[in-house]
Amino acid sequence: MSPVRRLLVALTTLLAVLAAVAVVSLLVGSAAVEPAAVLWAVLGRAEPESLESVVTVGLRLPRIAAAILAGGALAVAGVGFQALTRNPLAEPAVLGVSSGAAFGVVIAQVLGLSATVLETLGLAVFAFAGAVLAATAVWIVASAQRGLVIQTLLLAGVIVGIFFSSAIAVVVSLVDVNRLGGVIHWLLGNLAPVPRPSLALFAALAALGVWLIARDARELNLLALGEETATQLGVATERLKLRIFLGAALLTGAVVAFAGPIGFVGLVVPHVLRRIVGEDNRVLVPTALVAGAAFLLGADTIARTVIAPAELSVGVITSFCGAPVFVYVLRSQRRPAP
Amino acid sequence: MTRAPVADFRRVTFGYSRVEGRRRAFAITDVSFDVRPGEILGVIGPNSAGKTTILRLLTGVLEPAAGEVRIEDVPLARLGSVEIARRVAVVPQTLPEAFPFTVGELVLMGRYPHGPGRLFESEEDREVARRVMEETGLLELAGVAFARLSGGERQRAVIARALAQRPRLLALDEPTTHLDLRYQAQCAELVQRLSREDGVGVLLISHDMNLAAELCDRLLLLAEGQLLALGPPEEVLDPGLLGTAFGCAVVVERSRTTGCPVVRAAWSNTVVERG
Repeated sequence: MSPVRRLLVALTTLLAVLAAVAVVSLLVGSAAVEPAAVLWAVLGRAEPESLESVVTVGLRLPRIAAAILAGGALAVAGVGFQALTRNPLAEPAVLGVSSGAAFGVVIAQVLGLSATVLETLGLAVFAFAGAVLAATAVWIVASAQRGLVIQTLLLAGVIVGIFFSSAIAVVVSLVDVNRLGGVIHWLLGNLAPVPRPSLALFAALAALGVWLIARDARELNLLALGEETATQLGVATERLKLRIFLGAALLTGAVVAFAGPIGFVGLVVPHVLRRIVGEDNRVLVPTALVAGAAFLLGADTIARTVIAPAELSVGVITSFCGAPVFVYVLRSQRRPAP
Repeated sequence: MTRAPVADFRRVTFGYSRVEGRRRAFAITDVSFDVRPGEILGVIGPNSAGKTTILRLLTGVLEPAAGEVRIEDVPLARLGSVEIARRVAVVPQTLPEAFPFTVGELVLMGRYPHGPGRLFESEEDREVARRVMEETGLLELAGVAFARLSGGERQRAVIARALAQRPRLLALDEPTTHLDLRYQAQCAELVQRLSREDGVGVLLISHDMNLAAELCDRLLLLAEGQLLALGPPEEVLDPGLLGTAFGCAVVVERSRTTGCPVVRAAWSNTVVERG
């Protein structure tokens, strides 16, 4: 099957899955609302002050939107980092990039940024800066030896992650805890409803990041040949790497700013997709966008219903899924070549 | 009518800025040669003589400090990387360990320089890739992951990717190093057919002087970045020249089957005929 057909088939299927998950997510929750009432509220026929309207339009819909954006962004960031490092284990959380972004957000919150759109943009800028800082640190530590060795890269990611987590702990201890309301909940990854203007900003940043990676999908395939061979085929590898690096950091930063450091989405989703659609990044990037959205939306639906009326952090669910996949991929990499 | 050489090195000098060890390793000094259409030129010489540097200068990955490299009479410096890739294809020694794509996908990657703005390959690209796989006997393996291939199949797949570029010059970096005898022969036949039938110029970098002697029209002997000799194998594979290049005594005999020179190092128990 040609890659174009594979892409269309996979994309159609995944969009159907996403739609189904979204419908379920809209219908379930700690507040019992009849399906008919939900439909009524979504169509704008219910009283604005009624329970069904507040729950569906005010809480569930924005949360669904945030989950779709965050899941898609994280999965695409994962594909980007994986192509860049030529390693299927590379992922924003594993590489410590999420921790760097979280540190940026905590600093921004200490500086008093939080509520208005402009302030949210500032938050995202700090998150992006933190992501770039962490990713650069990982890159420098890992490439100190010749080339990027898989184990070194993962260790560098862990070390940088621990460093920024500690830095966050220091900042949180120094600052009045009340000013950093809910920071612990957020640090585990939390898709609390995001106000509409901020949601639009989130969408814009995610779109920019996805575009930066998707437009170079063919070149990313060639990067798997090794940098020198890619260069000899006419790819401007240095500029390509920079664009992908910035795109993946932007996606990570945006997600962390709006939803917290949610781990392993960028690992699990591309890993499963590769089994189904193959390695071609031109197919992988768009399908990861949709599959990541469906995965995180599903995880969040579970997170907010499984112990209702209380709720789990969505990051807990994704980590429970991600850790076994991580171990599996790591072990299958060690298998000697036939 | 004489056609322009596909590659032309004119007094090319290159030195890496960092000095490695005692000597400026991998540097070359004042090297001139050309590769003509349909010709197989072998580059031989000891380790770090500058063989791979020549390859990198040829594709614009490195730029000469002095002198000029021309491709089909156009200075390399005037060509963009995509334009170079449409004319010169390189077969690297190996691909990265975990290369995840299938044979078909690998071969199609060779079409990149013919439409770098496209996200997906054109019909023509697919047709060229199909024909190249047919020529190299890979059509049945198109859907198989590269990592699952045998050594010989891998080599053919990597060469097929280079051929999909439809180059005027094919540069091979130690193509037979990892191959056993049968695949060495297949690889040699493929290279020979390309040059004879399609008029592709071939630059063959090899440690294997005996293979080079049989396959190449001319040989270029490099040592410590200097050109020691350039000419037909019979001239270049001279015990004196090779002894100087490799720093050891060398015996050159003649193959009883092909009449080609056969080179080996002379060690203590070698009986050297003195004439």
